[in-house]
Amino acid sequence: MSSSNLETIRSLAEQDYKWGFITDIEEERVPKGLDEKTVRLISAKKNEPEFMLQWRLKALQHWQSLEKAEAEPTWANIKYPPIDYQGISYYSAPKQKPNLEKLEDLDPEILRTYEKLGIPLLEQKRLAGVAVDAVFDSVSVGTTFKEKLGEIGVIFCSFSEAVQKHPELIQKYLGSVVPYTDNFFASLNAAVFTDGSFVYVPKGVKCPLELSTYFRINAAETGQFERTLIIADEGASVSYLEGCTAPIRDENQLHAAVVELVALDNAQIKYSTVQNWYPGDKNGKGGIYNFVTKRGKCQGVNSKISWTQVETGSAITWKYPSCILQGDNSVGEFYSVALTNNYQQADTGTKMIHIGKNSRSTVVSKGISAGHGQNTYRGQVKIMKGATGARNYTQCDSLLIGDKCGAHTFPYIEVRNSTACMEHEASTSKIGEDQLFYLRQRGLSAEDAVSMIVNGFCKRVFKELPMEFAVEAQKLLGVSLEGSVG
Amino acid sequence: MSLLEIKNLHASVDGHEILKGIDLTINAGEVHSIMGPNGSGKSTLAQVLSRHETYTVTQGQVLYNGKDLLEMKPEEAACEGIFLAFQYPVEIPGIGNAYFLRSALNAIRKYKGEDEMDAMDFLPMFREKLKLLEMDDKLMSRSVNEGFSGGEKKRNEILQMAVLEPKLAILDETDSGLDIDALKIVAKGVNALRTPDRAMLVVTHYQRLLNYIVPDFVHVLVDGRIVRSGGKELALELEEKGYVFETEARQAMLA
Repeated sequence: MSSSNLETIRSLAEQDYKWGFITDIEEERVPKGLDEKTVRLISAKKNEPEFMLQWRLKALQHWQSLEKAEAEPTWANIKYPPIDYQGISYYSAPKQKPNLEKLEDLDPEILRTYEKLGIPLLEQKRLAGVAVDAVFDSVSVGTTFKEKLGEIGVIFCSFSEAVQKHPELIQKYLGSVVPYTDNFFASLNAAVFTDGSFVYVPKGVKCPLELSTYFRINAAETGQFERTLIIADEGASVSYLEGCTAPIRDENQLHAAVVELVALDNAQIKYSTVQNWYPGDKNGKGGIYNFVTKRGKCQGVNSKISWTQVETGSAITWKYPSCILQGDNSVGEFYSVALTNNYQQADTGTKMIHIGKNSRSTVVSKGISAGHGQNTYRGQVKIMKGATGARNYTQCDSLLIGDKCGAHTFPYIEVRNSTACMEHEASTSKIGEDQLFYLRQRGLSAEDAVSMIVNGFCKRVFKELPMEFAVEAQKLLGVSLEGSVG
Repeated sequence: MSLLEIKNLHASVDGHEILKGIDLTINAGEVHSIMGPNGSGKSTLAQVLSRHETYTVTQGQVLYNGKDLLEMKPEEAACEGIFLAFQYPVEIPGIGNAYFLRSALNAIRKYKGEDEMDAMDFLPMFREKLKLLEMDDKLMSRSVNEGFSGGEKKRNEILQMAVLEPKLAILDETDSGLDIDALKIVAKGVNALRTPDRAMLVVTHYQRLLNYIVPDFVHVLVDGRIVRSGGKELALELEEKGYVFETEARQAMLA
């Protein structure tokens, strides 16, 4: 790379994180540490029914046995110092009046925070066509368009509210896709999760609004452990989007979330993520550890679950949004853009488990590494015995910017039915001097040139995002790369 | 004032000197052709003038429109009106041709302090230029140069030139890889852009192109220096005698 190109890449890479401000607000939090008392306290604070408490306690027990056995997963291609699980406060919530009637009653500081983030919650300023659940640290602080959705039977509320108002749905589906025994971080989440979003779309209803949750970590020395559960009943469809940001802090913060999706016969769920947690500074100090378990179950025939993720934030990303294709003719999709810059590390990909006949899956992964970033694609495609006629197409491409970053690919393919049809394509390329020169010779600045090449590289994935968010994602990618041309 | 004034230009790559003292003046409205054998430095000259950063200028001066061209970055030179039609146009996967070209046009307009052009104004103008180059509309929604044939890529270069309307167009081996029909179309496109306020520098191996794009001046570049200059008839003479003749003459001169 020529020196001025390198400088541009560097300055792109070192651009400031714009969402790093801290909201000054009084928070109520439980003391640091995790034991049975903590779990009982969280459950009591949320006034949970007995079945929830029991489920949490079983999860805690399981997690404690895993921790004792030092069973924190080590197979991922990421490096981080040991996490002190007793050094985290597991519940932190802004102090506010109980039982808020209206969003207008929210603490103005919180309203201002979301406005600054570009997510206005109040009626007159809301995004048209998008209903938002705002999660601030451990709790949901407000949900927009709730009544309007209620009219057509769609339930969209905080997880805590769902536990109170729809315990039968929670009891039926909680842990049905990601059991509390699933993995280390999922167990931890099950024991201590504090809030999240809940969606239920009834039979035959096509949800007319985009549903979205905006997660914001604010408090220091806490983690965020949220849980999202989305159920699309027979013939229903819904599109859901989540966004996330956090303040700039020197210490690492843990985010261990669980997302469960259930699609019944002929139902469709589209789940999109734009993840922009604080990535740490340019020397790798601070940032969010993002250890997330996301899984969808295509339980019914002809059901479809589609994951789209744009991962630009976090110091470490460890997540594998997956599909269990149980129903015959069910469809699973995974479209991913993961960008690592400076000292960010990402180990991400998907699992497609084919059980039903003629189940189909598509995986498109685009990894971009800049600075000292390390980017790993890890994907598993498993065709079970009964999955006659199953098909998978996987494409994973890596783009390298500069010469200090890395791209790694670990595909696992397991086929137990000889009628299955598998395709796998992979490529690794570098942003070329000749591409940059070509664009600059036409009048584009070096930064715009890199941004254009990267956006072109990611186009296949951006196409899958809801329109408004595709534009956001493109901009975000530009910002995350600022300073990295070369 | 001349549009381009090159004085004693020396340039090297990795310490290896390629241009060894070029003097050349180009006025608005003129078409100059640079001919010469492989490795004589023709493409290097084109790249240095469009500010490719691989080359180091070790001596000399280039004034463009009265400004020091050698101080400019590639995008500045482009915004000031220098356009290079690439010998090997580059593919940019995932970026549509029309989108790319409008972005480039708007970058240049912004530089000049003009308003950006929206898609509604851009498209009719763009379609007009497509017709000039006899290009299919379908190519335009495809990614930049991706999956284009050699001839389509070259035509696409001239299309870009027609849209960006440079002051100085440098055509680097635009004829290579073109069959005779494509060559005629490209030449027609180039000739349509010949105006009294625009200059062109046509770099080529073969005289063939110059039958269609008739230059005002022909320069012969051998071993990093211009060894002969003349009118369009010089190209014919070269075609007949070959570059060997010029090379020998030059060696005789040095001896």
